[in-house]
Amino acid sequence: MTLTDYISAAPEITLLGLICVVLIADLFVDDESRILTFWMTIAALAITMWTLLTTAPTERLVLFDGSYVSDPLSQILKVTAVGFVGIALMYARDYLRANHLHKGEFYILGLFGLLGMMIMISANSLLTMYLGLETLALSLYALVAIDRNNVTSAESAMKYFVLGAIASGALLYGISWVYGVTGTLKFDEIAMALAANPEMNSLPLWFGLAFLIVGISFKFGAVPFHMWLPDVYQGARTPVTLYIASAPKLAALAFTLRVLTDGLGGLHDVWADMIMVVAVLSLLVGNIIAIAQTNIKRMLGYSTIAHVGFILLGVFCGNDKGNAAALFYTLTYIVAAAGAFGIVILLSRRGFEAENLSDFKGLNARSPWFALMMMFLMFSLAGVPPFIGFFGKLNVIDAVLSSGYPGLAILMVLASVVGAFYYLRVIWYMYFEPTEDMAVLQSSADTRLVLSLNSLAVLALGIVPGWLWTLCSQIALSIR
Amino acid sequence: MDFSQYLLSILIWLPVIGGVMLLVAGDGGDARSSKASTMRIIALGMSLLTFVLSIALYKWFDNAETGMQFIERYSWIPALNAYYYLGIDGISAPLILLTTFITPLVVLTSWDVIKVRPAQFFAAFLILEGLMIGVFSALDGLLFYVFWEAMLVPMFLIIGVWGGERRIYATLKFFLYTFLGSVLMLVAFIYLYGQTGSFDMFGWMNLPIGLTAQKFIFIAFLLAFAVKVPMWPVHTWLPDAHVEAPTGGSVILAAIMLKMGGYGFLRLSLPMVPDGSAYFSGLVIALSLIAIVYIGFVALMQKDMKKLIAYSSIAHMGFVTLGFFLLWSIQSGSSGAGLGMTGGMVQMVSHGLISGAMFLCVGVLYDRVHSRQIADYGGVANTMPVFAAFMVLFSMANAGLPGTSGFVGEFMVIIASFKANFWFAFLAASTLVLGAAYTLWMVKRVVYGEVANDKVAELEDLNMREFVVLAVLAVAVLVIGLWPAPLVDMMNVTIDQLIQQIGQSKL
Repeated sequence: MTLTDYISAAPEITLLGLICVVLIADLFVDDESRILTFWMTIAALAITMWTLLTTAPTERLVLFDGSYVSDPLSQILKVTAVGFVGIALMYARDYLRANHLHKGEFYILGLFGLLGMMIMISANSLLTMYLGLETLALSLYALVAIDRNNVTSAESAMKYFVLGAIASGALLYGISWVYGVTGTLKFDEIAMALAANPEMNSLPLWFGLAFLIVGISFKFGAVPFHMWLPDVYQGARTPVTLYIASAPKLAALAFTLRVLTDGLGGLHDVWADMIMVVAVLSLLVGNIIAIAQTNIKRMLGYSTIAHVGFILLGVFCGNDKGNAAALFYTLTYIVAAAGAFGIVILLSRRGFEAENLSDFKGLNARSPWFALMMMFLMFSLAGVPPFIGFFGKLNVIDAVLSSGYPGLAILMVLASVVGAFYYLRVIWYMYFEPTEDMAVLQSSADTRLVLSLNSLAVLALGIVPGWLWTLCSQIALSIR
Repeated sequence: MDFSQYLLSILIWLPVIGGVMLLVAGDGGDARSSKASTMRIIALGMSLLTFVLSIALYKWFDNAETGMQFIERYSWIPALNAYYYLGIDGISAPLILLTTFITPLVVLTSWDVIKVRPAQFFAAFLILEGLMIGVFSALDGLLFYVFWEAMLVPMFLIIGVWGGERRIYATLKFFLYTFLGSVLMLVAFIYLYGQTGSFDMFGWMNLPIGLTAQKFIFIAFLLAFAVKVPMWPVHTWLPDAHVEAPTGGSVILAAIMLKMGGYGFLRLSLPMVPDGSAYFSGLVIALSLIAIVYIGFVALMQKDMKKLIAYSSIAHMGFVTLGFFLLWSIQSGSSGAGLGMTGGMVQMVSHGLISGAMFLCVGVLYDRVHSRQIADYGGVANTMPVFAAFMVLFSMANAGLPGTSGFVGEFMVIIASFKANFWFAFLAASTLVLGAAYTLWMVKRVVYGEVANDKVAELEDLNMREFVVLAVLAVAVLVIGLWPAPLVDMMNVTIDQLIQQIGQSKL
């Protein structure tokens, strides 16, 4: 291990150090001035971001005896993750203060979750990956239970924990099979071993692979391992849902790309079928069940499942174009998802949780601006141009079609039409229905500004999506 | 300053910018406030300015030019090889003029009728206008699709927010129907993109494609355009949308949005997949004839005026698709093919004016009586003589009376279908009877006879604003009916070239 190793891992090291500082400093902050913890957290994120940008890798670096990798993919995912954790905490602040949940733990756990994500994103061995995944997962379990007096929160945290533990067990079991067959845990060495010994590509490895895909599907919330997702989305307090719905998807994407493309790229024929089944099921189940929801958090939960289907179909192609499309889709999806949950938070106030679709009734009369913003976000999620969600879908469909699956492409667009219905329903409630509830939206100016920029981004990115697609294509070339 | 090279962009973005301004400024939630009046004036000013600029487009348009004019081409998404690529020819120019002509009239009609959030209402129309001009001038597939879909958003809100009782059902049906139709077109676009590596429509036109692929692409296009036109049997969204939409929305829907389907056939289906079009031309002709005859009978039985006009729109748009697809049934060497296609185009423009005017007439009555039922009226001519004159004129035009624009297009298509097949012409010509029957029967029941009830007795005749709108449309209908040459000259060269292009097999 050399100094280069530590420099490349500086963002994680810095973040860990800063978490400890915030954790200790928070002990000396009383409840009235808890806002200090918030600003310390934002400062910690800003410093981490700065470290990330100054240590940006120009080429693929494999460090710490091959268990850690720093490459353009990890860079963009980490930058986005840090940014969206910051945005999630920003949206959360007013809500937590209004609901007497403004505790230091929320921020600390948020930061620990981010650390876990960053470790996952940069993992180059199955063990590092597992380490990051558990750091993230444990933070999330605790975050879901942050409102410990709330029965639904506690229940969903319990569900999440038990199911998560089972999935982790399955993943670990799969890892042990892969290790048993190939004799290594590092992705590049697995790939080399496979290339050198084609006879390894046989049943025992496929058996292990199946369990790895179970782990991936669980992390993403893909059908049939999606059971936890709607319950957790609904049961957790909205800021926590926002947190879970945004940045961790980036880590899950890194997990998928590293394991399947970096490590087991030679087994594309084997895993492509499994991923396709999971993805198609996610598309159908997610979109169809979302129609029946009356709780917006649950509805967005099922819509997430459908979007995961799109992401996985990009990965399914197994080529640069598909990977770039999956990356583009994930990055743009979380912009819209963060904004949508941000507006759900905005509608909540002291003692009132805006979580039913009907709470959106007449929003256009109460706040035309945020109704317009929510409309942008919904059309983006539905994949209507000129919003960015359309280009995400366009790229995935293009990748699938050029890989020679016209049937899948048609299925994807038909599923989006089904999906359009429930997004339109939100707009219908906001614009077409009257409301008696004319309460003014309570939030501070900085949150409103960030939320507006976040929502306008789906339009701005949709008008000039070129640069992001170029970036994603270049990054995809660096994934092996 | 020579701004002709940016003229199309100006026409697209000027109304959009105007719309965004209205959205940002808002109306303070009160339709009677002075702020709301300012917003109305801005909306009218923007739409009039766009119209004036489009006259420049007409002046500078070169009828003899075979290629595209007013071309603008800038790199948009280099990674996808997509361009911001605009240009017009003899097919798109008349439709753009129609759009810029109708929009100020719609703004005027909705002047003080809209009581709820007028700023948002006018903003939606202005943005819609820009996007519609974008559809007619985009030459890049991706750009075309973006305009095509984005257009649904303002229309969805117009029907949903300012519509009638069942507006939510109608607007959801409208959105999902058209969305379903167009996503398959997107798959076809991406397939073509995969073949040529760019979204350039001319690249797609010159690309050789196998017959099987052509058939699939044609079906994907057909679904998108047939829903828009709309053709039987995917027309069911239209009566609902028309009935529930506010008057202005109905006018735009009938006058311009339906034309997108016809335009799509000419711009995409025919030149890109000529062999697929030839293969399915019989199907399209059959569906068009069903629309003309069967929907004509359906219109006859309507009790709701808006529904009746909506069904008559479907029947009239049947002429458009019939005219476009007669090409393969006509003996080569005869001039019928061009006649059919030109007839279809003239019919599109004329139907835009007439159906728009008919919906405005119903709107005038609805604003006063708040009913669209034919049975609630009778003897309107006694209390509203000026209005009655207009209504009768437009109804005659709708029935295809010689001297009005409705006659020109239908007559051309019927002549062309005679050259193709006697029975096509026989069925198509039945519209002369059916169209007259359903329109004039409605006029008889609404306009003539004794004053039916107290509400009709209290009716006041047209105010200045309504008079201006209807008079302008009446002049347009008569001018095209008596002297269609400028319109036909505009599209002749382009249509000849199009027919030549379709004639070359791409197999």
